[in-house]
Amino acid sequence: MEVEPPVAAPSSPLVDEDFVMVEAGEAQGAAKDANPAAGPPPAQVAADEDMVVEIQQEKRPEIKLEDLFDGMDSDDDDFQSSSNPLNVKEPVEEEAYDPSFELLRIYYQRFFPWRYMFQWLNHSPVPTNDFKHREFSLWLHNDAVMRYQSYTTSDLFRKDVLRLMPRRIEIGPVYTADPRDRKTFRNSTAFVPMAKELCFDIDLTDYDDIRTCCDKANICNKCWRFTTMAIKVLDTALREDFGYHHILWVYSGRRGVHAWVCDKQARTLQDHQRKAIASYFEVVSGKAGGKRVNIRRPLHPHLSRSIDLLKEHFQHDVLETQDPWASPEKADALLLQHIPDPDLREALRKKWDASPGRPSSSKWADIDALAQTGAVGAAFDPKDLLDAKQDILLEHAYPRLDIAVSQKLNHLLKSPFVIHPGTGRVCVPIDRDNLDGFDPLNVPTLQGLVREVDAWGGGETTDGGVAGAADGGAGGGDGGGGGASSQEVKHVQDWEKTSLKPYIEYFRSFVTALMKEEREAAVKRERVEDGDVEVKVESLDF
Amino acid sequence: MNRIDIKRRNVVDHRKKQFADPAYKQTQYPHRLNFYSTPPTADITLEQFEQWAIDRLRILAELEACSFRNKTPAETALHMKPLLDKYLPLDASSSGHSQLQAQRQKDHYSHFILRLAFASTEDLRRRFTRVETMLFRLRFQADDSRERAAFVRTLNLDWEPVSEDEKRELSPQLATTIGFGYGKRAQQVMDEEWCKVDWMRVPDLIEGRKVYVKAGKAYVPGREQQSMVLNAFTKRLEQALELTARALPRLDEDDRLTPILNHLSKNFIAPDSSYTGSGMAIESAEISARNIDNLSQHFPMCMNHLHRSLRRDAHLKHFGRLQYTLFLKGIGLNLEEALVFWRSSFNKITDDTFNKEYRYNVRHSYGDVGGDSNRRSGGYSPYSCQKILTEHAPGPGEAHGCPYRHFSLENLTTLLRASGVTDRAVLQGVKEDTESQKFHMACNRVFEHLHKTELKRAKDEGVMTAAQLETIVHPNEYFKRSYLLKNMNKQKQQVDVKMEG
Ligand code: SF4
Ligand SMILES: [Zn+2]
Repeated sequence: MEVEPPVAAPSSPLVDEDFVMVEAGEAQGAAKDANPAAGPPPAQVAADEDMVVEIQQEKRPEIKLEDLFDGMDSDDDDFQSSSNPLNVKEPVEEEAYDPSFELLRIYYQRFFPWRYMFQWLNHSPVPTNDFKHREFSLWLHNDAVMRYQSYTTSDLFRKDVLRLMPRRIEIGPVYTADPRDRKTFRNSTAFVPMAKELCFDIDLTDYDDIRTCCDKANICNKCWRFTTMAIKVLDTALREDFGYHHILWVYSGRRGVHAWVCDKQARTLQDHQRKAIASYFEVVSGKAGGKRVNIRRPLHPHLSRSIDLLKEHFQHDVLETQDPWASPEKADALLLQHIPDPDLREALRKKWDASPGRPSSSKWADIDALAQTGAVGAAFDPKDLLDAKQDILLEHAYPRLDIAVSQKLNHLLKSPFVIHPGTGRVCVPIDRDNLDGFDPLNVPTLQGLVREVDAWGGGETTDGGVAGAADGGAGGGDGGGGGASSQEVKHVQDWEKTSLKPYIEYFRSFVTALMKEEREAAVKRERVEDGDVEVKVESLDF
Repeated sequence: MNRIDIKRRNVVDHRKKQFADPAYKQTQYPHRLNFYSTPPTADITLEQFEQWAIDRLRILAELEACSFRNKTPAETALHMKPLLDKYLPLDASSSGHSQLQAQRQKDHYSHFILRLAFASTEDLRRRFTRVETMLFRLRFQADDSRERAAFVRTLNLDWEPVSEDEKRELSPQLATTIGFGYGKRAQQVMDEEWCKVDWMRVPDLIEGRKVYVKAGKAYVPGREQQSMVLNAFTKRLEQALELTARALPRLDEDDRLTPILNHLSKNFIAPDSSYTGSGMAIESAEISARNIDNLSQHFPMCMNHLHRSLRRDAHLKHFGRLQYTLFLKGIGLNLEEALVFWRSSFNKITDDTFNKEYRYNVRHSYGDVGGDSNRRSGGYSPYSCQKILTEHAPGPGEAHGCPYRHFSLENLTTLLRASGVTDRAVLQGVKEDTESQKFHMACNRVFEHLHKTELKRAKDEGVMTAAQLETIVHPNEYFKRSYLLKNMNKQKQQVDVKMEG
């Protein structure tokens, strides 16, 4: 990952000139004429001249979008490829009807939890700047990315998404002003990012050197255990060490997870503080093959606790399931190299050479066994061996983070509940209390959801009235002009008829708890302010 | 929401201010140290105004020079002592000095006068904050420990002391953060003064897992508290300077002060000219024969290549030896170590051959032998990029010269990759630079890439001035800058370690 992820620094010319292909203002201009029920959005996009100009600009030969975004979210490496399972066509044939496109529209209309998304980001039932000044970035099907989108209400957000049908939505920071107005603040400190959830990103490709069941973009339930371990360690530390309560874990749709720490204090962390906390969790560093764990002794309490949490997993999920040291080369690189005593190292090597294919768990047991029978040098210190074994455990089981995601206030991250275009899976939240029960291969998919809801309703179909129950507003029959309200309709909502239900319910309870705390904190703040708080202001009169 | 909060605050505060009684009276100074949160209000003469400011400026400029020369804290303290005694004395309360109040008044006023002089531009503000923090640190460290503790208590830093009970309860966790003494760690925990702060206040301690954190509170041992006080000092001063900057226009009304202030800030512009040229050695680095491998990470490609070739072939040809010997001399390798280095590097030849063929040349380069003039001038000077780029282009089997100029693009790329430069954009930039004959620009580009994190930090923290970040035109400058940047942390740690002693 050499290319820096795009960040939303308003002062950076790179961001302004190269990443932002479509400007907020232009996009909004088209909002009125848009008709989400009509043909695929590329036609509408093309209808907006400004936008086309910008998109073409993006196609300047010297900078390729793919290059710029390369490595930004490795989960979507097949994003730009033409073999898109959704079969989304390039915006050429205006008239063409695209069934998968229709699915996505149905999803945004009827399943996407607009209301809770809004509440999640807004922290209150009435729109505040937390929502209004939040940057959204929409990835369109023609590879254009619309940065700096913002919405004054949840309904406008929904309408814009339905109009543009982005294949991906990213969430950026809350700015000091409306992101759409940022140009009026050029070169000024009046437009700066001021808040965003503290985020973490775990991606299974970072485990490829110890993952034997799958590699690259593939995952199975065996290697998913690495993610489970990572979540346990991080979640525990974020709660116990840093005192956070509102931590949302979201499946990234293919082979990773994102964490969104939503506590108010976490949202307002500055970059240097984000960097500090990210490096607090940076234990496995450097490239595979070298000594990747370099930690001080005595062990920091966070590390000894993590080791306790990971011990079982290391034994079962790593040694037994993955058998990472089956080959002599792997055993050498991942294990023997780290054994401090040369005599012991030699003895182990000899033993394993004599029984090829010896499983990793036996090799692990051999270390202590041989050390106890005295196959060690004169300078052998059991303490060193213990340290080395702890390091090995951490290298294999401790979370491997993409810390770039955590370090920057203005880093964008894929929104929960969007559809992963490669797998069709919904990026659902993961219930921390049922972590072991989460099966990434079995989450709701776009195609599945539509099928489920059809099956549920018997006679009900995707057209007309029923869809009007979709959470947060109007449904399939909506021509885009109607003032769809976000009032709750007393009706079974579409998502409730599907396997998406537990995920949205979990999300709802998460959001409710967050809003409750936010409200209570606000009340407390009022009291403090009405009380006797002194703020000294410098006086220069002398 | 946040912005509304701020407004409300201000409203409350303005009201308060109106009713506060104007304190136009002589300030009392119970403590030697001062966080300068209250501006002075009593009248002073114009002469005092100017003289006090000049005296303080002298101190600050000297402190800045010390940091440019990379003096250790102990050396700086030693160097500053007589100057401080002369221009800005500040005695402990316990000394019973008759001039205590006058000293403190001068310290107080001169600080505020210079604030006015240095608030105008961001660069000046940053430098001022930095040197003022250095001055504060110097005094803080020298302060009587009881008086210091009393002073810190007045700061309202919302540190919560950790109770004896809690210390006992958390003893195993806390013990892990105060070092290696396995035996008496529990006792150490009890002996130490711990305090609790929000972890965000001490990000540098969180970053290295240097402290125990629980429920968002960092448990900071006494020895680390100094850095928190200094952080608070810096932070408050930064904020105050911003406010001052905004209030500056009002001051123009007093045309007696403006020329003085302008003059003061001008005198602070030119930092240190002795930075380049001689004195390239870095005092804190271990420059020895056996450490060259390690130091070579800081070498520019020309020297990097020489070093690699030397290690590969156990030999270098004449010009290579010359270029490299002089460079090593420039980084501070003394003659004795240089001889050890060359002898051990040429490990395929006998002592006899070495003494006969090479020893003399090394000594000559150091001015240890040769004619009078060579000895007087201490041998040759290390080669500049200019010289390396234009003189004696390397032939086959020779490793000297500048890779950006003398290598094929393919070889250059291989060398760069081997040295950790894999970023496509950088490699592309290097290609363009060399194609347009801007060889040293390529070198600087690579330098910037390899040190981008550190450079950013140095800039953010104002550790290096613009002058120090000019284009590199000398391999030794490359080394020095690289070394300093990569060791910013270490130098900080040294400060802390020395503090304890
Ligand atoms: S430009 Fe100068 S410093 Fe850089 S490699 Fe060439 S000679 Fe060395
Ligand atoms: Zn797998």
